[in-house]
Amino acid sequence: MKEQTYTVAAREALDEEMARDPRIFVMGEGIGKRGGNFNTTLGLYEKYGPLRLCDTPIAERGFIGLAVGAAMSGSIPVIDFMMVDFILDAMGEIINQMAKMQYMSSGRLRMPMVLRGCIGIGGAAATHHSGSYYSTFSNIPGLRVIVPTTPADVKGMFRTALRGNDPVIMLEHKNLLSNKGLVPEEDYTTPFGQARIARAGKHVTAVGVALTVQKCVQAAEVLAKQGIEVEVIDPRSTSPLDIATILQSVKKTGRLMIVDDAFEPCGFGAEVSAQVGAYGFDDLDAPIRRLSGAFAPTPYSPPLEQEIVPSVETITKALYDLVKE
Amino acid sequence: MEKDTGLLLYRNMLLIRMSEERLAQSRQAGLVHGACHTYVGEEAVATGVCAHLNQDDMVFSTHRGHGHALAKGVSPFEVMAELYGRETGCSHGRGGSMHLFKPEVGLMGTSGIVGPCILQAAGAGYTFKLLGKPNVAVAFFGDGASNNGAFHEGVNLAAIYKLPVLFVCENNLYATEVPASYSSGNPDIYQRAIGYGIPGVKVDGNDAWEMFLAAGEAVRRARAGEGPTLIEAKTYRTRAHSEGMRDVGYRTQEEVEAWKARDPIKMLRDRLLSDHTVDEDDIDNIHNDVTARVTDDHQRAADSPWPKGSDALSHVYFEGA
Ligand SMILES: Cc1ncc(C[n+]2csc(CCOP(=O)(O)OP(=O)(O)O)c2C)c(N)n1
Ligand SMILES: [Mg+2]
Repeated sequence: MKEQTYTVAAREALDEEMARDPRIFVMGEGIGKRGGNFNTTLGLYEKYGPLRLCDTPIAERGFIGLAVGAAMSGSIPVIDFMMVDFILDAMGEIINQMAKMQYMSSGRLRMPMVLRGCIGIGGAAATHHSGSYYSTFSNIPGLRVIVPTTPADVKGMFRTALRGNDPVIMLEHKNLLSNKGLVPEEDYTTPFGQARIARAGKHVTAVGVALTVQKCVQAAEVLAKQGIEVEVIDPRSTSPLDIATILQSVKKTGRLMIVDDAFEPCGFGAEVSAQVGAYGFDDLDAPIRRLSGAFAPTPYSPPLEQEIVPSVETITKALYDLVKE
Repeated sequence: MEKDTGLLLYRNMLLIRMSEERLAQSRQAGLVHGACHTYVGEEAVATGVCAHLNQDDMVFSTHRGHGHALAKGVSPFEVMAELYGRETGCSHGRGGSMHLFKPEVGLMGTSGIVGPCILQAAGAGYTFKLLGKPNVAVAFFGDGASNNGAFHEGVNLAAIYKLPVLFVCENNLYATEVPASYSSGNPDIYQRAIGYGIPGVKVDGNDAWEMFLAAGEAVRRARAGEGPTLIEAKTYRTRAHSEGMRDVGYRTQEEVEAWKARDPIKMLRDRLLSDHTVDEDDIDNIHNDVTARVTDDHQRAADSPWPKGSDALSHVYFEGA
């Protein structure tokens, strides 16, 4: 094991996979010599050159559409989009083309490609740099949506994405990028659709996504002092979703709260509740609760911004209340 | 003109024409379950371009894609069976007219969305460059598509990376019923190439030989690593935008008749006969062959089995090894 930041672990996965497989290339703004806005490709241009670290104009729809054609024809493109908000212009290419291409070609075309970049509210980034959208993408058949939270997971899951055949959207919460963690030395992969128990507990189950996994763990630490043991589950991918692990946990705890930063209506929490309601109804001792980002564009000013996302305090209180219900 | 080339162009145009006339009848008979945009009048474009392509060159097409599919080597049987919704169709009944796929012969898809084919062709060009392959990619699209952002972004990306791509704009003067002169600041689309620093060529899209020559040069450039070319083929569709749609009120009968008089198949035939490249027998033989082929393919398509409902969820994700 070695200690690495999230960013470095992801970059190492990319570097090693690019060395293994000449079909992989990266496209994005400033990902060449500059090494990426978030250092995602630092040092790779010198190693792999301009054709494999391809700097693009500010044309997200264009280069994502191009990458679709590249995947269709035998390359493995990685789109480094900085902030997920920037690829909304490419939704048609993502949903109508990238996600549906294998189906439309009745399985004859493979679509190995990765769209990766940041999500998340924080740092007064305001509403065009704070999107999450994992629920939106998870609503689309044909896409894999992964939300790794630890350095070890981002490395293992990025590898899985680059060795797979389906289009993957890898969303990296910006407040996790400098987190450090232990990463195995060996060549490992982390499968999609397998949740991780971030902390074991027996009184209540908390399912987080991206940064809220960390916040749920922090809330669990507070509650542990009061004798409440929270089981925190990190689904790691929202599509496919490992509902089995969540159901197992609810069987034990009887109580479920889903905590996520994204918009609540028709969202991730709604999906988890529907499935647990359908398949784990008899195990529930209380109604399923959700704690989500406010249903509003993200405000800029720090006091406003803090108001609209679940915090460790609000999560702690909500979990406490749920246990007492 | 060489006899072989002349006859090849003639045969392929006729195959497209007769297949689509059959499809139009089939639609009236209820065999076609969805949309059917014919290419009647525009056959010279796909035929002239695809005559230069190998099987591993790639074509990315539009909603008006039967001609591109047939010219790239998909059989009339597979195209018809697809429109008839059958398992034997080139997309196993998943797609219909606007989702014809046969990557085995380089037909990378027709599309229900106007524009993305331009970007995808650039992407295939990128693959060829990345992997050092000698191939070219072709995007066929309409005048209407040329006003979509995909055109600007795709052509510019292909230009800056010098990708082996042909952008073939089939300017048939209308997008559905909207005149190109209304929706384009400059309806001479080939002139936009200047803005991207690549060659832009205007071609009589009803003249198969002219198309063949222009495409030949663009393919040569692409294979030589000299980058993309924008070809604007001035042409015309003589049937309605889509089968079964009304076709009045936006263009005059005189205009339609004037273009029918410039029918690309007739134009090539006259030329081949008048310069004695071929004789009437050659032409008759092709007509007999193509008629028999299309009749037979239609019958086999109409007799083909339906897909199984239980297969509807396969291929959403990768399933193979
Ligand atoms: C993005 C998108 N917008 C609108 C449509 C509906 N539509 C289908 S064909 C068409 C006109 C296309 O015109 P053009 O590109 O000139 O092709 P043509 O039909 O003339 O061959 C339109 C607007 C569509 N399919 N996709
Ligand atoms: Mg048109």
